Amino acid sequence: MGLLTFSRGGVHPPENKISAGKKIEFAGLPEQVIIPVTQHLGAPSKVLVDKGAEVKTGQLIAQAEGFVSANIHSSVTGKVLKVDSFPDTSGYRRTAIQIQVEEDQWAEGIDTGEELLETIEGTSEEIRNKILAAGIVGLGGATFPSHIKLMTPKGKKAEYLIINGVECEPYLTADHALMMEKSKELIVGIRVLMRGLGVEKAILGIENNKPDAIARMTEVSASDPAIRVQALKVKYPQGGEKQLVEAILKREVPSGGLPIDVGVVVFNVGTAYASYLAVQKNRPLIERVVTVTGKSVSNPSNFLTRIGTPASYLIEKAGGLPGDTAKVINGGPMMGKAVSNIDIPIVKGSSGILIIRDKEASRGEVQPCIRCTKCITVCPMGLEPYLLMTLAERAKHEMLESNKVMDCIECGSCSYTCPSSRPLLDYIRLGKAEVGKIIRTRKAV
Amino acid sequence: MNKLIVSPSPHAHSSESVPKLMYGVIISMLPAFAASVYFFGISMVIITGVSILSCILFEYLIQKYLLKVKPTHLDGSALLTGMLLAFCLPANIPFWMVMIGALAAIGIGKMTFGGLGNNIFNPALVGRVFLFISFPVAMTSYPEPGQLMKYTDATTGATPLGVLAEGIGNSTAGEIMAEVPGYMDLFLGKMMGSAGEVAAFALLLGLIYMLVRKIITWHIPVSILGTVAVFTGILWLANPDSYADPLFHLLTGGLMLGAIYMATDYVTSPMTKKGMVIYGILIGVLTVLIRVFGAYPEGVQFAILIMNAFVPLLNKFIKPKRFGKEVQHG
Repeated sequence: MGLLTFSRGGVHPPENKISAGKKIEFAGLPEQVIIPVTQHLGAPSKVLVDKGAEVKTGQLIAQAEGFVSANIHSSVTGKVLKVDSFPDTSGYRRTAIQIQVEEDQWAEGIDTGEELLETIEGTSEEIRNKILAAGIVGLGGATFPSHIKLMTPKGKKAEYLIINGVECEPYLTADHALMMEKSKELIVGIRVLMRGLGVEKAILGIENNKPDAIARMTEVSASDPAIRVQALKVKYPQGGEKQLVEAILKREVPSGGLPIDVGVVVFNVGTAYASYLAVQKNRPLIERVVTVTGKSVSNPSNFLTRIGTPASYLIEKAGGLPGDTAKVINGGPMMGKAVSNIDIPIVKGSSGILIIRDKEASRGEVQPCIRCTKCITVCPMGLEPYLLMTLAERAKHEMLESNKVMDCIECGSCSYTCPSSRPLLDYIRLGKAEVGKIIRTRKAV
Repeated sequence: MNKLIVSPSPHAHSSESVPKLMYGVIISMLPAFAASVYFFGISMVIITGVSILSCILFEYLIQKYLLKVKPTHLDGSALLTGMLLAFCLPANIPFWMVMIGALAAIGIGKMTFGGLGNNIFNPALVGRVFLFISFPVAMTSYPEPGQLMKYTDATTGATPLGVLAEGIGNSTAGEIMAEVPGYMDLFLGKMMGSAGEVAAFALLLGLIYMLVRKIITWHIPVSILGTVAVFTGILWLANPDSYADPLFHLLTGGLMLGAIYMATDYVTSPMTKKGMVIYGILIGVLTVLIRVFGAYPEGVQFAILIMNAFVPLLNKFIKPKRFGKEVQHG
């Protein structure tokens, strides 16, 4: 099959995959880790340990609270220094567990060996429970608790599992590295998810700027007819799940709906790998690959990082914070969050630390909208960003809702393109926040 | 440690900018400008220069002294308006009339609505129509091509469309066709007409440049020209003695200039592709109606201005195709 892509919109930011080809390197153990209890969508987890407690690597230290929540495990061995509020990516202080790190002593029952275990045992339900127990959440960045996605709601049927190996954000290469170095484990992880979900077909989508990954994964999946690799055209935001489902299966997730509405569930490759570790090796989610990169970074790398490691620790390992640093981004340049403090901890959703130089960090001067229609041309959701911005400025909430502001996936293609440097996405977010409040109030009534 | 900038995503920007787009259009007009200078010589240089300088000057004066805002006269938009205005005037028009046209274009057509991005009507066309109504004689006598050193003293005549409109009651279309320049001459620009409207060939080069650089899309020009071709084609096939053929209509008058440059003006054209096609079709229909059944030999300027007024309506009711159907909530 030729290269597929999504039908509307999209932009082509420069790829800047500076760290592509860098082998995954274990970042090492920092002196202290700070493990937040809100690393996932849903309710914060309930802390199980007190100050002074000794914890082992892989031990459960915070429990899922309520239906949409996740378990959190200690990523290190050591002593709990305190349970307090610490700053995180959002800039706010949130509850986290601070641990003084000692040499690794793994908790009981965890297989730390490197041997590939291919035979999958257990029923769908048993697999889902293992994934819940291991604290697996979506590692693509959304951090939605994965065990919930494996449970198909009543009235819906899952037909396909789609694995997201797209990594469309410029600069980020963590998923690429995983596909190159852990390809066999990844295939087993995909099979684990297939069984957990109860489907017989899986498709791994990879963008065409990673031909080596496409070749490797095609080769490794060749013996399994249930899993196939689909090469995709390089276009941002191909990795957005709605765009991915449309590109591969030509099915459009309905407005306000989820991929399961069209019979699909999407997981990131990192999540698939973590699922392999969880189900085959009893290993909870305590580490992930994080790309540290930027044009002035002396040693751009893909670090295997323990959850809770300060970003500053990784930046040091990558050669230190460059002198011309203006912005430090948790994530990629299109959707990542700029941080105010580089000591914030790496959490489950941290796919990369991107350092942006001062000459590239400023926004252009805002000019009037010249109605060039480029924002409409690039919007992958068929929206009109120029209009949504004006409506948000004037608080026209009804019109915002009828013009589908809630469909915006916040990919940033509009702001990226606007010749007048208008802060389109800023205002759209404002509009979404206001309309979201109205919708929630309406539902509660 | 350095202070870090914290701003919302995205943290990257494409190379798009307003000056890049404006100057892109201006560059695309250079072949047509060169062709006009070839045909009309020094007069073209004079009126283009006066128009551009007047537009920029008036925008600066109005912004600085009347509106008391930061002047943006150098962003390329006033320059573009100046060029477009010059292109749709007869090359022998006196310079003071050009200045009045520029004042009407920028002052009335653009600044009264709120400046760049806020005007409803194409400013260059507002300027042109203002002159057309105020100075009908000067605006309907065009210099013969080839008088390179003459300006207001050039010999004049009627445009091919003017000849058609005059003669159609008395002679057949075929007889009139014999009096006007042949198709190749019309295509290359050897005819009476506004400075920039004569060389269809040069204008089409400009269109190709803009399409390649993704400054505009094909929807508006193709819809307008296609509609004119089809509508005049139907009329001509029905009665070849009373109507000129489609090729004649396509190559004469301000149609090429209007379809490629005036109707495609960002600010005054629709926001969706579907809207652009409807807009183009209706401009084509109106142009032909005015040319064939209306009082004026040329209809493009009015057709575009009329359709400019409908653009907000087109934008309100024609939306892009949304991703994903509405979910029916039980």
